[in-house]
Amino acid sequence: MTFKRALGALAVLIVLWLLLPTLVIIPMSFNSAASFNFPPQGFSLQWYENFFTDPSWLRSLGSSLQVALITMVVATALGIMAAIGLSKVKFRGKALLESYFLTPLIVPGIVIAIGLYSLFLRFNLLGTLPGFVLAHTVVALPLVIINVTASLQGVDPKLEQASATLGAGRLRTFFSITLPLIMPGVTAGALFAFVTSFDEIILSLFVQSPQLQTLPVKIYNSVTQTSDPTVAAVAVIAMFTSVLVMLTAQFATRKRKRVSV
Amino acid sequence: MGRLGYRQLTGMPDISTLRDRSKGSGRGGATAKQVREPKNWRPFLLLIPAFVVVSFFFLAPLIDVFYRSISDPTLGVQNYVWLFTTPTNMVVAFRTFATSLLVTVVCLLIAYPYAYLMTVVSDRTRNMLQLFIMLPLWTSILVRTLAWLVLLQDTGPINGLLEAVFGIGPLPLIRSTFGVALGMSQVLLPFMVLPIYSALAKIDKRLLPAAANLGARPVTAFFTVYLPLSRPGIFAGSVTVFILGLGFYIIPALLGSSKEIMMSALMYQQISGFLMWGHGTALGIFMLATTIVVLALVGRASKGTNLFAGRGK
Repeated sequence: MTFKRALGALAVLIVLWLLLPTLVIIPMSFNSAASFNFPPQGFSLQWYENFFTDPSWLRSLGSSLQVALITMVVATALGIMAAIGLSKVKFRGKALLESYFLTPLIVPGIVIAIGLYSLFLRFNLLGTLPGFVLAHTVVALPLVIINVTASLQGVDPKLEQASATLGAGRLRTFFSITLPLIMPGVTAGALFAFVTSFDEIILSLFVQSPQLQTLPVKIYNSVTQTSDPTVAAVAVIAMFTSVLVMLTAQFATRKRKRVSV
Repeated sequence: MGRLGYRQLTGMPDISTLRDRSKGSGRGGATAKQVREPKNWRPFLLLIPAFVVVSFFFLAPLIDVFYRSISDPTLGVQNYVWLFTTPTNMVVAFRTFATSLLVTVVCLLIAYPYAYLMTVVSDRTRNMLQLFIMLPLWTSILVRTLAWLVLLQDTGPINGLLEAVFGIGPLPLIRSTFGVALGMSQVLLPFMVLPIYSALAKIDKRLLPAAANLGARPVTAFFTVYLPLSRPGIFAGSVTVFILGLGFYIIPALLGSSKEIMMSALMYQQISGFLMWGHGTALGIFMLATTIVVLALVGRASKGTNLFAGRGK
């Protein structure tokens, strides 16, 4: 049992190493000195005040939320359709097509980024809302497909047949039978899509322009160019936004557990 | 590459893992029953929008990258000649592979005992351990890297502590391979733990006592029985971490040295800095090709182990 106890101690260390370092950003955001030196001196809300009174920071937060929300809607709609389509069709290349939709997750982001940069340069999409949304949709879509597919596996096809037998059309069957049943997967997928877009940095760095920068891009530029301590406050705000959304997603999948058991 | 292999390698898209996560234990759910509707073309329509978006904004950009690599500034392989004959490129490529490999090894050494612990504790503790592994994924890489930057800088708390306690320092904790490897391992650890855990959870718990009964010492039993059975998980986790590591940009840019850049930074430099599209895209294709080769090699190798694991059951 001493072996298991040693493993337990090791696990505690690993968890601390995973979680603690990130939290250092929280005290830094309340620093009263204009530096990144730790420990912070005094307590002040000046960096938060800076953030909420600086139009350029607020604009990038607005852009981020806008891009993330539209990406969420687009990726979720496309993802639900694709997942349902994949669950119903049967043909030789199906596994290949499925892999095709998921590939953006393993191709190095930087390679997709230079490709999109090149493409968007030709079509004038750099620094545009559609440009950001399309770039983010490519990496958010697989997460929606995965989550919805997982939910669909718990749906009994007999229910849809029964609905059809009772005279409901395809659309009606989808909205009153299938969609409610796969809702937990849809919710989780949508929230994953939101966070993926909200936190996305590599593709965004390449499709950005001075006119349109999402929050991570502005944070990155600020860290590498100006070292403005406001980024600590921004980082905390960004962190809490994504943690909050992911907690909701976790809650959605928990519900799925209860429903399916 | 088979479907299952692909899903295992990507770490995230493994639907069986997802099911494990949502239900808390490695229970297999019912397999999908598919409605067979021969000659029904309607479901195919549902696939079109996603297909179009992925084709135009994922495949087309990759094709564009390839096209530029053989056509910029003129048609030919000059960019690949440049890639393989410029010593600094090879140094950068080697550094990228070495760093990625180092991170893979670090993650493997940390993840294995952690994943093993997950298989021997109560359901409740296991869920907690799993949550702790997933939690960091909820925060962006950028924020986590910023935090490391604060901690590891020359005037940071860790260097301060080293100086106060041991009288050494400041040590080059950032702008060094150490900083990059530390940051990358922390981000990539979940991608190693999850596949190893799925593999370990499938191993029959009675095998080790059986080996002990037959006279094997614990160490021997571990290396001859347990470790070989966990190979699919080790392969899947290592490949995922390695190939994800190859493409890292943010962490090396913020925690690494600007004199010791990795391939993604070189790509950025060539395209954004020097407008050398041919060079940058050739590097991109080289990275992509490496990823595919690694996937294919390990796909073949792990197929062998899958057969072995199947026989073991």
